[in-house]
Amino acid sequence: MKRKIVLAVLMFLCFVLQTTLFRQFAIASIVPNLLLILTVSFAFMRGKKEGIWVGFFCGLFMDLSMGELIGVNAMIYMCIGYVNGFCCHIFFDDDIRMPIFFVTLSDLAYGIATYLILFLLRGRLDFLYYLRRIIIPEVLYTLIITILIYRLFYKINRWLEAVG
Amino acid sequence: MKKKTNDSIKSKYIFIFLMVICFALIFLTFTTDVASGPFKQVTQFIITPVQNGLNRVGTWISERGVYFRDSADIYEENQTLKEQVDQLTEENTQLLQNQEELNRLRELYDLDSQYEDYPKVGARIIAKSSGNWFNLFTIDKGTNDGIEIDHNVIADGGLVGIVTEVGPDWATVRAICDDYSNVSAMVSTTSDICVISGNLTLLDEGKLELSRLMDQEDEVSVGASVVTSHISDKYLPGILIGYISDLTEDSNQLTKSGYITPVVDFKHLQEVLVITQLKETGDSNLENDGSQGSQESETQESETESVEG
Repeated sequence: MKRKIVLAVLMFLCFVLQTTLFRQFAIASIVPNLLLILTVSFAFMRGKKEGIWVGFFCGLFMDLSMGELIGVNAMIYMCIGYVNGFCCHIFFDDDIRMPIFFVTLSDLAYGIATYLILFLLRGRLDFLYYLRRIIIPEVLYTLIITILIYRLFYKINRWLEAVG
Repeated sequence: MKKKTNDSIKSKYIFIFLMVICFALIFLTFTTDVASGPFKQVTQFIITPVQNGLNRVGTWISERGVYFRDSADIYEENQTLKEQVDQLTEENTQLLQNQEELNRLRELYDLDSQYEDYPKVGARIIAKSSGNWFNLFTIDKGTNDGIEIDHNVIADGGLVGIVTEVGPDWATVRAICDDYSNVSAMVSTTSDICVISGNLTLLDEGKLELSRLMDQEDEVSVGASVVTSHISDKYLPGILIGYISDLTEDSNQLTKSGYITPVVDFKHLQEVLVITQLKETGDSNLENDGSQGSQESETQESETESVEG
């Protein structure tokens, strides 16, 4: 129960930060994908089941601020959480390289999936532009933020496991 | 070991179950507005105050940052400002030239009085869309201040976008530079109708796409101003959008397409004005969604015909 409340608060915080504070510090109008870091981190630390749930709700939050179709992001995030959950057993205590690697891959996958579903289907064919201007910068920025906040998520998880 | 395989199967079921929910949600929101409406109302009710507060914190911090900037930065800024002064001087001369044209246009379209007649509400932008793919933003006014869906949003004397969702003290605005946005517009000098659409690839250049411009007399030239058209379903007529910066003939030899430079600086928007008046597309059908305006007027005509008959 405690875990659920803490996770809900974390999601809420990440979403609100992503839409307000990080917008003020956006580099070249690109913001890091905090909700994705959250999804990948917890999927990676806790396994498939938690990855799916965290991914689903993080995706719903993303859908909320994007309008149009609700469920697209929820689906993408959920898949990311599920796939990252498979890597749970190769997780070593506080080795930061593996989660960074997985966040990078996941953000890349997220960007490409978003492009395929929401842009390519409407005939926007210039994939290289989107890759260069949006996907790659977002991946890099997210990667840097992961280095900063992954340890925080790790500590929160440790604390939750210790408490119950 | 047994527990582990159980868990794996369980998570597989959860995955499939949530996948079905996702598809159901996508289908629901694609075909109707049912799912998104109440869902958003509830969440935004909680989120809006927090976003509002955090936005103030962010603005405060960035202002402090500016205050404590060292002299090297200020020097650099001075250089860029000088460049900007040159640029502005140039722009100013151009604007003076446009002034004359503008005066003429005002007489033609009575733009002046129209702009002033619209009731307006000022609002502050408190959040932008969470991803990097869209250009939506949330403002801190809602139905309590008379804002409704499809109200037009302006700033700097030009069109910014349209309200897509609204709650008691928040509203979501889709900017005209968003990839999903299409605005029916016309060239103010010749009244030729065209379509202005946003495109993510043009965002850095600060331009919008212009397409389907019918200009058989070949009278429209680069630099002409583009305003919202009279035949638009949702946009009030005569709101300035921008100036044509590039124009080429399409391969079908009938229409032209090109780019326009909007008057609004979308990257540095902080405050906007919402025009709290809907475009009227037929009095008897006002309760219907405005998106079917053209069809509405047709059905209305047929209705009156049948009454007469």
